[in-house]
Amino acid sequence: MIELHLAILPIVLPLIAAPICFILGRSQWCWLFATLISGLSCAASVGLLVATLDQGVVSYAVGGWQAPWGIEIRIDVASALILSLVSGISTLVLIYANQSIAKEIDTSKHALFYTAHLLCLTGLSGILSTGDAFNLFVFLEISSLATYTLVSLARDKRCLIAAFRYLIMGTIGATFILIGVGMLYMKTGTLNMLDLADKIAVIEGNRTLNTGLAFILIGVSIKLALFPLHMWLPPAYTHAPSAVSAFLASTATKVAVYVMVRFIFSIFGAQYVFETMSMDIILLVLAIIAIFKCSFMAALQSNMKSMLAYSSVAQIGYMILGISLATSAGLMAGLLHIFNHALMKGVLFMALGCVAYRVGSVDIKSFRGLGKTMPWTMAAFTIAGLSIIGVPLTAGFVSKWYLVTAVFEQQQWLIGFVLLLGSLLAVVYIGRVLEAAYFGEVSQQQETNIKEAPLTMLIPMWVLVLANIYFGIDTSVTVGAADAAAQWLSQPHISGAN
Amino acid sequence: MSFIAEHYNYWIVIVLMMAGFYIVIASNNLIKQVIGLSIFQTSVFMMYISIGKVSGGSAPIVAEAVTSFSNPLPHVLILTAIVVGVATTAVALALIIRIKAAYGSIEENEIGDKDNVSE
Amino acid sequence: MNIWSDISPDQLINIAIILPLIGAALVILLGKYPNIRETASLAIATLLFTVVLSITDNTFAQIPMTSHWITIIPHLSIAFNVEPLGVLFALVASFLWIVTTIYAIGYMRGHKEKNQTRFFCCFALAIATVMAICFSANLLTLFIFYELLTLSTYPLVTHAGNDAAKRGGRIYLGILLGTSIAFLLFAVLATWVSAGTLTFTAGGIFNESQSKGLIALLLVLFCYGVGKAAIMPFHRWLPAAMVAPTPVSALLHAVAVVKAGVFSILKIIIYIFGIDNLSQIATTDVMLYIGAATVLLSSCVAITKDNLKARLAYSTVSQLSYIVVGALLASSVAAAGASLHIATHAVGKITLFFCAGAIMVAAHKKKVSELVGLGRQMPITMIAFAIGSMSIIGLPPLAGTWSKWYLVVGALESDKLIIVAVLMISTLLNVAYLLPIPIKAFFNPSDNKRPRWSDINEAPLPILFAICVTSFSCLALFFYPQPLIDLINLIPDVSTHVTGGS
Repeated sequence: MIELHLAILPIVLPLIAAPICFILGRSQWCWLFATLISGLSCAASVGLLVATLDQGVVSYAVGGWQAPWGIEIRIDVASALILSLVSGISTLVLIYANQSIAKEIDTSKHALFYTAHLLCLTGLSGILSTGDAFNLFVFLEISSLATYTLVSLARDKRCLIAAFRYLIMGTIGATFILIGVGMLYMKTGTLNMLDLADKIAVIEGNRTLNTGLAFILIGVSIKLALFPLHMWLPPAYTHAPSAVSAFLASTATKVAVYVMVRFIFSIFGAQYVFETMSMDIILLVLAIIAIFKCSFMAALQSNMKSMLAYSSVAQIGYMILGISLATSAGLMAGLLHIFNHALMKGVLFMALGCVAYRVGSVDIKSFRGLGKTMPWTMAAFTIAGLSIIGVPLTAGFVSKWYLVTAVFEQQQWLIGFVLLLGSLLAVVYIGRVLEAAYFGEVSQQQETNIKEAPLTMLIPMWVLVLANIYFGIDTSVTVGAADAAAQWLSQPHISGAN
Repeated sequence: MSFIAEHYNYWIVIVLMMAGFYIVIASNNLIKQVIGLSIFQTSVFMMYISIGKVSGGSAPIVAEAVTSFSNPLPHVLILTAIVVGVATTAVALALIIRIKAAYGSIEENEIGDKDNVSE
Repeated sequence: MNIWSDISPDQLINIAIILPLIGAALVILLGKYPNIRETASLAIATLLFTVVLSITDNTFAQIPMTSHWITIIPHLSIAFNVEPLGVLFALVASFLWIVTTIYAIGYMRGHKEKNQTRFFCCFALAIATVMAICFSANLLTLFIFYELLTLSTYPLVTHAGNDAAKRGGRIYLGILLGTSIAFLLFAVLATWVSAGTLTFTAGGIFNESQSKGLIALLLVLFCYGVGKAAIMPFHRWLPAAMVAPTPVSALLHAVAVVKAGVFSILKIIIYIFGIDNLSQIATTDVMLYIGAATVLLSSCVAITKDNLKARLAYSTVSQLSYIVVGALLASSVAAAGASLHIATHAVGKITLFFCAGAIMVAAHKKKVSELVGLGRQMPITMIAFAIGSMSIIGLPPLAGTWSKWYLVVGALESDKLIIVAVLMISTLLNVAYLLPIPIKAFFNPSDNKRPRWSDINEAPLPILFAICVTSFSCLALFFYPQPLIDLINLIPDVSTHVTGGS
């Protein structure tokens, strides 16, 4: 029974649980319940990953309506990999959230937080699982609406403006995607992704199709905060509660990158997007500018949360760069970086949450001397920071290695060099924090008042830290899955081949 | 000329879309931005609905002697999209209420000034 | 050393890398009991040296030793493989670790430094990474531990925690990480993509299929990517790192870190490019002359420095480029000279740094101009300083003679008379910036008093002991260089025998 409906569990479980959470009302109960549900969907996702690695693809007809008329849930290795990541991070963040939101969100809104979090998880799982282009739009909006709510929950009133701007930008992006999907439907008369791919492959040089592609790519680019459409992201991540930033930074934008991969490789086909429409050069240039401009901006910030937010935009540049190479190796490096970057950014935002919990501020000044007073938190920050820089034996090194190798295989030596230079900027912005934490002057009062963060915050953070190290040393799981996913995505999906 | 006339539905959609987009970008008032956003979304709904129409077809109801009828699927889709749009507007309005409570204003420039002062 | 005879040769590598790690852990555990903590450090250091000795035995017996840890990327793993050049470096580093530990005990206590536990712990970690660099079997392993060495020594550089130390640390980390990520990682990846392997192989891994231009570019990238070799203009980190406590400057910035740099360059040239192929690479000569320029320029800068440690630092920059020049001369004798210079310069320069530290502890003096007449107060230290200086200059009967000898022979053999001239001029410059220090210390014209015993105010005993050991080593390596030379002759394509006549 469970096996039969496994594919839909990651969507349905949090969807049903969300209103129950709201009814439960009490913060502690909601916390336990939401964590349990998130854990169950994580288990289901891992089950799906195992199944897809085994048999390639898991298909499920929602309500028994067969594709292409009904909505199809279609999970391949790429979606299962990111699905496991998203639900896993969600579970860890929920464990962490209990203490963190106690400080950052009004008690009356705790139930709302868990409800919105579960709805967001529903949306993200839906995006990853669905095989239907319109359905993808709906799930995208479910997750986005939940996200706007989550961002606006913080006590700091600036979060409201940040959430509103995010809402305006996000809705424009979503509407663009809607227009694009409409155009695809006008041309092909279908919304099922596989069906779309078949029909698009036959059409050549059509203006409606070209316009549709443009609308979809721009819409998705807003959602994934590709430079120069990233302006909504830094304020939203800066003013959101820490638990929310940690969750969004490591999942929401990653899922948007996945949507882009899905549209480019599974629906339009890489050949059409990159060769006929020459999107690769546009994405490549934007990605490189993102890496430099936003790493540079990160180094200038004094609020550490906005530093990490800019760093996220820069890191998204790396993923897009991998995709824009239009090779299987590049795609694989991009997918790998989606996974690894989620691990690092999760830790970094969680560490900031711990600092905010104990010190009450995440300004660079408040980090002084934390190396002594909060050793575990800062050790976690250090390791994840090294991972962002790409120091060997961390997950960041592995993704950087594959990315640069993929670039070199295209004989693009200069771009590879530029990429490595970009990671030097990460040394600057991470180094500032570490220097303040370990070699900064400590005031006497601070030394006595500040204690290490509570265990429920430290444990989930350290699980991710260990994952950072583990996936930096033993890469067989991540690289294997990303490779399988890239192979699967980049082979042409004409119906004969399926 | 006939090209323009035949595709009049698209022209309406484009005019509405641009008008909505312009309001979102140019307005200083948050409510007006939401209004613009709604117009922008509505234009897309109209596009979907108009492409479902099959020339000469009747309403998609099974009845005798009807052989050609319009495609119902875009209408169904857009029903979902309208729900999403309404939800978005609701969230936006809720946010504006809280912004008004926190800042005492819904003019973007005034809010920006207050943020700068508080920093 | 027979205690290790029961253990399989392959395991010895693991033990050599893990022992210092155990040492680091012990130091943290025993942090509250300084005496036991230092005893543990010393015991581990001694054990490590015996391990390296027995690895040396096995190397002479031609027993292959390999160790495979984990495959990080398909066909690429963290793996270790003993080859003679690595053994030479491991011998030098592990021997000098013992001496430096003794010295550090005297210095850190004499100077009443804070955070001694962190200091000894990072020290042991650094040695562990050095051991891993010595025995690395491929470029990836080398790169990984090269980076870890930078990171583990950073807290040592900023040990004092004041603004000057932080600034020094920033330059240190900035240049070393910067060059290694921008150039070295680039070169490693480009090698991987174009050659399909990163394993160190006798004779090199490149063949006809790679374009000449790429290989030429790679040579430049490798030379500059290994920022620890301090080739100009990427040498600034070494003087900046002198803000560290003197034992750190002594072991790490005269031996472990900088030698890890030139060792990496030697290893890359011998096992990735192949010495025989060097002459066909267009950029070899370019890098050779840049190395030669570094030799001369940094010697000139050293003359102008009044701060003793800064002068020694620039002297180190110059001496490191000897090794780079030797490696790039494309001659087996020069490469042998370069390898030998790793050992001879190490004992000489560490003696000088030890003396500088001793003067700081006992007389609280940091500047060269303040040292006039100090020979009366610290005779043993200043005699040792004279020995160290003469070894660096290359005067017999001291160790530095041999390496310089082979370098000059190598330069002659490859018909690079300019390099011979550079080496000779550099020797004169060495005389100019090193010898005046002991001479003025002993022969102070304005001081006509008779020397008295009561004038003597020497550094603490552990410091003196360490100084004596290293200056004695300078002497010993002149008279008994044979074991080291035998070891060097085992390196493929490297030999002290002049093939000459032709």
